[in-house]
Amino acid sequence: MKNMLVVTSGIVAMILSTATIAGPREDLLAQYAAAAKASGFSAARGQALHTQSFSGGKPDTPSCTTCHGKDTRGAGRALTGKTIEPVAVSVAPTRYTDPAKVEKWFKRNCTEVLGRECTPQEKGDWLTFVIGQ
Amino acid sequence: MRIPYRPLAIGLVTLAFSALVLARAQAGDRHFFAPVTDPVVKEECGSCHLAFAPSMLPARSWQRMMGELDKHFGDNASLDPATAEKITSYLVANAGDAGGQRYSSKLLKGVASGATPQRITELPKWVSEHRKVPDWEWRHKEVRTKANCIACHTAAEQGYYEE
Ligand code: HEC
Ligand code: HEC
Ligand code: HEC
Repeated sequence: MKNMLVVTSGIVAMILSTATIAGPREDLLAQYAAAAKASGFSAARGQALHTQSFSGGKPDTPSCTTCHGKDTRGAGRALTGKTIEPVAVSVAPTRYTDPAKVEKWFKRNCTEVLGRECTPQEKGDWLTFVIGQ
Repeated sequence: MRIPYRPLAIGLVTLAFSALVLARAQAGDRHFFAPVTDPVVKEECGSCHLAFAPSMLPARSWQRMMGELDKHFGDNASLDPATAEKITSYLVANAGDAGGQRYSSKLLKGVASGATPQRITELPKWVSEHRKVPDWEWRHKEVRTKANCIACHTAAEQGYYEE
């Protein structure tokens, strides 16, 4: 049993590491970097965006954490009570691999929270934050 | 390196649970509203709330809702036109008045023939089915809103609405 686990985790690690070489997440980050003309993204800025309370959006959704929760590795909850899968890539490895889905939700959620769309810099920072979580 | 034990465990529990529900289905059930099976509809209409059973509203209600997604109960749920069209056809084909739906006519009873209700939770029949639910229950923090069917109907995702 123990051996099996070691082997399985070895395989998982292999799959994960190939995914980080050139996956859709990295392509997305490269796109945001090009659009932002950014020198780099910061997980710390991403975290600040994630936890900050804004007043420009809807009053009942001041922050990303309103729905996604304070713990990035824990499940979130939409206002309708529906459970949302964690945002941290370490516990939700399939996240942010469909660029159209990522863009759709950035657009919806940034408008809800900030009252405007997020900039490519903000998107890149936020993604960098959750990829490292 | 983290090994995703927990998702696995949750997966197994879910599996066991579905098997249970399935067994009940086979035993025959009157409170069944066929759940959404189309993966696109599930994804696009099931991320903010339960993907509501199409048989709970008439076709004309779904058509109106799909034409106003940018003003969806205070949310902007807009989709690209091709996806929206695909979802509309699915909802309309499986709507409560689409024919061949055995149980939905019950929920649509009392809806005027030209009316396009947008909320399941405002259908006369839904309201009367829930009139005995006490006030405190609606305000319970696990419920939050009447639209959170799954808080009380734990098998809503599988199409079952018992107490
Ligand atoms: C009103 C609730 C709500 C708020 C507030 C919210 N989100 Fe979300 N978010 C969701 C839902 C629902 C989904 C889709 C379900 C899912 O992916 O599990 C989602 C998905 C996402 C996705 C796509 C995930 C993927 O797998 O591709 C991103 C990116 C995202 N949110 C970013 C944000 C950011 C950044 C903020 C703050 C500016 C934010 N969200 C605030 C509800 C919310
Ligand atoms: C961005 C989030 C979001 C998405 C995506 C979304 N909805 Fe909703 N929907 C809501 C909210 C918010 C409500 C209001 C819930 C409440 O009153 O608590 C709602 C309510 C509803 C209701 C009425 C529930 C009741 O009270 O009876 C129906 C029906 C519905 N949605 C159908 C759909 C369909 C069909 C789709 C896919 C095309 C969809 N929704 C996609 C956010 C969303
Ligand atoms: C606060 C808890 C609660 C919520 C939320 C809730 N229900 Fe119910 N529902 C009940 C109870 C309790 C009954 C049984 C009422 C009775 O028998 O007196 C019921 C009965 C029903 C019935 C009739 C079932 C039968 O016996 O034939 C249907 C259909 C139904 N609910 C659908 C829904 C849908 C759809 C939603 C979400 C839009 C929803 N309910 C939300 C508590 C709830």
